[in-house]
Amino acid sequence: MSKKVAFIQGNEAGAYGALYAGCTFFGGYPITPSTEVAEVMSVELPKIGGKFIQMEDEIGAMAAVLGASLAGAKALTATSGPGLSLKQELIGYGCIAEIPCVIFNVMRGGPSTGMPTGPSQSDVMCAKWGTHGDHPAICLVPASVQETFEEVIRAFNLSEKYRTPVMIMPDEIIAHMRERVVFPEPGEIEVVPRKSPTVPAEQYKPYDISFGDVPPLASFGSGYKFHVTGLNKMQDGFPTTKADIVQAEEERQVRKVNANVDDIVTFEEYLLDDAEVAVVAYGSTSRSARYAVNIAREQGIKAGMFRIKTFWPFPDKQIKALAGKVKGIVIPEMNLGMCSLELERCAQGQVPVLGIFRVDGEPINPDQILEKIKEVK
Amino acid sequence: MAYDYEKYIRPGKLPHIWCPGCGHGIVMKGLIRAMGTLNLKKEETALVSGIGCASRLPGYIDCCTLHTAHGRAVPFATGIKMARPEMNVILVGGDGDGTAIGGNHFIHACRRNIDMTYIIMNNYIYGMTGGQFSPCTPTGDKASTTPYGNPDPGFDLAKLAIGAGATFVARGTAFHANQIDKLIVEAIQHKGFSVVEILDDCPTTYGRRNKYKSVIEMMNRLKEIAVPVKAAEKMTAEQLKGKVLTGVLYKEEIKPEYTAEYAKVIERAKAAK
Repeated sequence: MSKKVAFIQGNEAGAYGALYAGCTFFGGYPITPSTEVAEVMSVELPKIGGKFIQMEDEIGAMAAVLGASLAGAKALTATSGPGLSLKQELIGYGCIAEIPCVIFNVMRGGPSTGMPTGPSQSDVMCAKWGTHGDHPAICLVPASVQETFEEVIRAFNLSEKYRTPVMIMPDEIIAHMRERVVFPEPGEIEVVPRKSPTVPAEQYKPYDISFGDVPPLASFGSGYKFHVTGLNKMQDGFPTTKADIVQAEEERQVRKVNANVDDIVTFEEYLLDDAEVAVVAYGSTSRSARYAVNIAREQGIKAGMFRIKTFWPFPDKQIKALAGKVKGIVIPEMNLGMCSLELERCAQGQVPVLGIFRVDGEPINPDQILEKIKEVK
Repeated sequence: MAYDYEKYIRPGKLPHIWCPGCGHGIVMKGLIRAMGTLNLKKEETALVSGIGCASRLPGYIDCCTLHTAHGRAVPFATGIKMARPEMNVILVGGDGDGTAIGGNHFIHACRRNIDMTYIIMNNYIYGMTGGQFSPCTPTGDKASTTPYGNPDPGFDLAKLAIGAGATFVARGTAFHANQIDKLIVEAIQHKGFSVVEILDDCPTTYGRRNKYKSVIEMMNRLKEIAVPVKAAEKMTAEQLKGKVLTGVLYKEEIKPEYTAEYAKVIERAKAAK
């Protein structure tokens, strides 16, 4: 039997990916250029008995998602730059209270209202540093419509596996581009269920570290009763200011992601084996980069591409190793130099990092990248 | 025989954080009695709050409790209620949390008429942060940020709820302790968004700045200003000056409840599939 195929936008693929992952709740607020996600969810969720709610604002949408997740639903919200800024406090709440959920953020021009219909890649730092306090961060950056579908599933899987909010951030080009998508059959892509408690209700503690860095999460209304707070908490969920407990809990929350980077970090290496110039790219920019690398090869330049699929945690060790092999790194990105800072950090001065930064709402074209590749000596 | 409050108190979590003379404990006892009257199952009851003194209440109650972020109790609770409409969802918080930073969520929950009960302890002040004025602080009163008297007009919280579309609105006071549980029981039984405002006192950060010499004086004020709705019907406008109506201020059962309406959306979507 042939698989179901569709010609759809990245935003639509994101919504269908969420449904494949078992999402049963969507809370959102209209914002360009992400609205198609909400629209598809409003159509599809009630068909399966799921719940869609359009909230009164971005903050309310994030809160509803966290509440629904705590009540046992796999929950999604979709937004874009200004909305992501508004959601930040509650993303931090999700991190400290350890409530899984997925935030689908379409990157548009910023700051503030910026360029609502123009593409950018300027939210990648916001994904890690937007909310205050130390916290884990997982952020995926798909580069095609098919990949958006698949990476939303992975976002849900990671959020459940590590019990933390996960962001997926297509840039506006990916979100609104139409491409052929081949839908996998049910079961073809792994869907990770929530780790539920096995202990009797009276013994349950929501942050019981005897189960490891990611303790099982019970749902409200499932027979378990417990306390959840945004304050620094003890294993039983109640607030504490005891220095040793706060220190240990904060470290555990970050460690559950940072100690598992090999499980989380994904990337694509393209023609890098003998490369002397590495273009590091992500999202739609990587499509121009691939084209530029191909042209460079035709012209006898040994260029290759390292495509970042998981922006956070950042592929530190891969970039460090890459910097040890090539003569220079080229980073095209639709911001004024965000990923480039991370590359410089990881490259540790081994090679120059040459940036191509555009914030004018236009995509970075292959010619620009090719020109920069040729600057590497 | 004394009422057994222990049934819904979390073992080992008392004493509470509230100051001597604060009315929040009176409200908590009222809530516990209401839960007892309705025999609410702890595992099937979510008690949700925001941030502030009043919002610490859920920590002491033995059920599914969620202490959210400042002003966000309502949308968190909305997510819970949507995901599990069969749960009893009760919210508690203060006037600043509910009507300032959480004001937008508050009016929209009223508008949706989602089946939850919101108990707002209105002590006219931001207590936990040290006594800054709230949207409910009377004009002219002193707060730590209105040293020359409050220039802001205040909200009438109950009117706000009615205007926004809540279908059950009641008001009590911390002085009229025996009425609190009755109002909460009726609110929880009501199918729709119900608001119970409890006029409360904060001797520590409000009373001492506004020339209340004692908690007793603050409580007496609550006693004096409160006029039951029925009694008010027989009073003149002159007699009602400076008074506050108490009891069930508004109730209607025509407006559809939100989760029931969404269940119909599901039916329609499934039929259209």
